[in-house]
Amino acid sequence: MSNLERSIARKQSLMKHLFSTVQLALAFFLFTAFTIKQDNLQKLARVDVKGLDGKIVNTGTFANDGKPIVVAFWATWCAPCKKELNEIAEVYADWQKETGVKLIAISIDDARNSPKVKPYVEQQGWEYEVYLDENQDFKRAMNVNNVPHTFVLNGNNEVVWQTNVYNPNGGVENIYNEVKKVAAAGSAPKPE
Amino acid sequence: MTGFLNFAIAQLPNIAGGQIHGNFQFDAQYYNPDSTISAPVVPEKALSNGFGNIIYTNGKFMAGVRYEHYLNVMQGFPVGYKGTGIPYRFATYNNDGLEITVGSSYDQFGSGLVYRTYEERGLGYDNALDGMRIRWSPYHGVYLKGIWGKQRNFFSQSPGIVRGFDGELNLNELLGSKMDSCKTTWVLGGSFVSKYQSDQNPFLALPQNVGTWAARANMISSKFNLYGEYAYKINDPTLGNNFIYKPGTAVFVSASYANKGLGISVSMKQIDNFGYRSDRDAAGTSSMINYLPALTKQHTYQLAAFYPYATQPNGETGWQVEAGYKFKKGTKLGGKYGTSVTLNYSASYGLDTTELHDMDAASLGYSTNNFALGQIYFQDVNLEIFKKVSPKFKGTFLYSYMTYNKNVIEGKSGYPLIVSHIAVFDLIFKLSDKLTFRTDIEHLYTKEDHGSWGLLLAEMTMGEHWFAAAMDQYNYGNEVADDRIHYVNTQLGYYWGTNRIVVGYGKQRAGIFCVGGVCRFVPASNGFSLTLTSSF
Repeated sequence: MSNLERSIARKQSLMKHLFSTVQLALAFFLFTAFTIKQDNLQKLARVDVKGLDGKIVNTGTFANDGKPIVVAFWATWCAPCKKELNEIAEVYADWQKETGVKLIAISIDDARNSPKVKPYVEQQGWEYEVYLDENQDFKRAMNVNNVPHTFVLNGNNEVVWQTNVYNPNGGVENIYNEVKKVAAAGSAPKPE
Repeated sequence: MTGFLNFAIAQLPNIAGGQIHGNFQFDAQYYNPDSTISAPVVPEKALSNGFGNIIYTNGKFMAGVRYEHYLNVMQGFPVGYKGTGIPYRFATYNNDGLEITVGSSYDQFGSGLVYRTYEERGLGYDNALDGMRIRWSPYHGVYLKGIWGKQRNFFSQSPGIVRGFDGELNLNELLGSKMDSCKTTWVLGGSFVSKYQSDQNPFLALPQNVGTWAARANMISSKFNLYGEYAYKINDPTLGNNFIYKPGTAVFVSASYANKGLGISVSMKQIDNFGYRSDRDAAGTSSMINYLPALTKQHTYQLAAFYPYATQPNGETGWQVEAGYKFKKGTKLGGKYGTSVTLNYSASYGLDTTELHDMDAASLGYSTNNFALGQIYFQDVNLEIFKKVSPKFKGTFLYSYMTYNKNVIEGKSGYPLIVSHIAVFDLIFKLSDKLTFRTDIEHLYTKEDHGSWGLLLAEMTMGEHWFAAAMDQYNYGNEVADDRIHYVNTQLGYYWGTNRIVVGYGKQRAGIFCVGGVCRFVPASNGFSLTLTSSF
C-alpha cells in the first residue's frame, strides 16, 4: 500500500470510528432524552367539566402559555379545601405577578350543592378559573380519593407535584415553591 | 452494534406514551364489646374494608379496574358487601368526538332526577352501570349520551335492564355567530330512561317496562343563574311505595345571584312517588337509578350534623335559601382581613296527600295537592361567621336552630319533634411556623331525645407530616344518669407525599353519617381504627 493509500485508509478507519462514536453518542443522548422526558410524569386526564357559565369544557384544553398551572379539587362542604383556597386567594395576585401561574379550582359538589358554588366563589372574591365536576368524572380520572387534592402542572399539563392534605404549617408555601420551580424550568433555555 | 441501537431507538415511542396510575385505601377497625354504649358484639373482633383503583391511559384510550374487599364489612356499611372481587372494570376510547365506554360507567342526566350512577366510597354506595355508555357531540353545542346495561348490586347485578338517552343543547354554541352579542347562555336538555324487569308477581299485573322522562332549561348570565327541571315517571309499583300504580313527578328549580362579595342562592324541589330502582323489591340504597338529594344545608360540624335530614323519595317539598356576604377588609365590619357572614334557611315538608281507599288491584294509593304542604319533616336556620383576626388567629362561629322529625326521617313512631339549638366555635391558632392548633367547641341544647350534648375537639398539626387530635362528646343532658357518657376518641396521623396513615382509638357514638342525600346508620363502637390511603 502506498503512503497515500495508507493515509486514506487510516482516515477512513478514523472516520468510521468517529462515525460510530457519534452514532453511539447520539443514540445515548436520544435514549436518555427519551427516558428522562417520559419520566412517568402523569399527564392531566382529558375529561369534560362544566364552567360556571354553563359551557362544557374538556380539561385537555387547559392551557397557560407554558406557564405553571395549579389544579385544586375542592367542595363547598370541605372546610380544609376552603381554608386552603382562601389562603391562596390572599397571595394569588403576587403569585401571578411573579410566575404567571393560573389556579384552576375544580368543585366536586354534586347537584345538592353545585348551585351554591358560584355564589360562594363570588362571596369570597376568588379570581380563579372554577369548573364543576358534578359526577366526579375528573376526580376519578385523576385518582383523587378525598378532597382537598392539589396538583402542580408544568407547561405541558404534566403533574410535577401533588398533595392531598391541607397543611396549615406552610402547605400553601410548599405549593408556591413547586410553582416557582416550574416557572424557573420553563424560562430556562431548552437543551436543543 | 449500531444496528441494535437503531432498533432500540425505534422502539422507544411504543414504550413511552402509556401511563398507569391509581389509588388505594385500607380501613380496619377493632371492636371491643361495650354494653354501656350499646356497642354490638362483633364475633370477628376486627373488620375491614379496602379498595384499589388502577387506571391505564394512552392517548385517547383509557382502561381501569377496581378491586374491593370486605372481610368482613365494617359496621354501618350495607351488609350485602361480602368477600372480595373486581366489581368495576371499564375501557373507554374517544374516536374523533365519539366516546365509547364498555364495562362499568358512571354518568348523570341533568341534575340526576331520572338517572345518576355514582359512587360514594365513604358510604359504601355504588350503583355503577355495567353495559355500554356512549357520549357524542355531533355538532357545536349538541351533547348526546346513551346508556344501556344493568346496575351493580354489591358483587353482582340488579335484575333490571336500564336503557337511557340524554340530549343537551347549548343554544349559544349551536346558533354560533347569531348569538355572539348575547351575554346570556341558554342550555336546554331532555332525557328518557326506561327499565325492564320481568313480572313474577302472582297477584298483581306489574308493568315490566317503566319509563321516566325529564326536561330541563338553564339560563346563565354573569350575575344570574336560573335552572329548572321537571321529571315524570309512569306507574312503578315497588316495595318502596307499597305497590301503588300512581305515576311519579319531580320538580327541581334553583336560582342564584352572585356579584362582588355577595352570593345568594335559592333552591326548591318537590318529589312525589319518585323512587326509581332497577329492582322493584330492593330496599335501602340498593339498585337506585336516580338521585334525589336532600336540599337542606350540608353540615360538617359534628353536633350540627347530629340530626341529619335524608330525602323521602315517596314525597316531600323542600327548599333552601342562602345568602352570603363578605365585608371587605378595611371596612368597619370587615376589620383588617375581611369578615364572611352567611345566613341559611332550609326546610322540608311532607306532601299534602289524601288516601284513596280504592280497593282495585291497581290501586293509585293517594292523591296529592301539589300546592299545599303536609307535616314538617325538617327545618333549620343557620348563621355562620368567619373572621381572620390576625395572622395567628382565625375562627368560625355557627349557630343553628333545628327541627327534626325523627318518626319520618328514621322510620320510627311515637317520638316528638326534636327541636335543638346548636352553637359551634371553630378556632385556629398558629402557634409557630411548624405548629398549628385548632379547637372545636360545640354545644347542642335540646329537651327531647337524649337531651343536650357538649363537644370539645383539640387538633394539633405539627410540621408537615404529623397530626394528632382528641375529642370528647359528652351527653351531659341525658335524663338517665347512667347514659351521661363521655365518648372520648383520639387520632394520630402521618402524611408523606400522597400517602397517609391514621390510627385512632376510643369510643364512637351511634349516629347517622350522610353524604349527599344518602345516609348510613353507624352503630356505637369502642376500639382501635386504622386507615391507610395512597395515590400514585
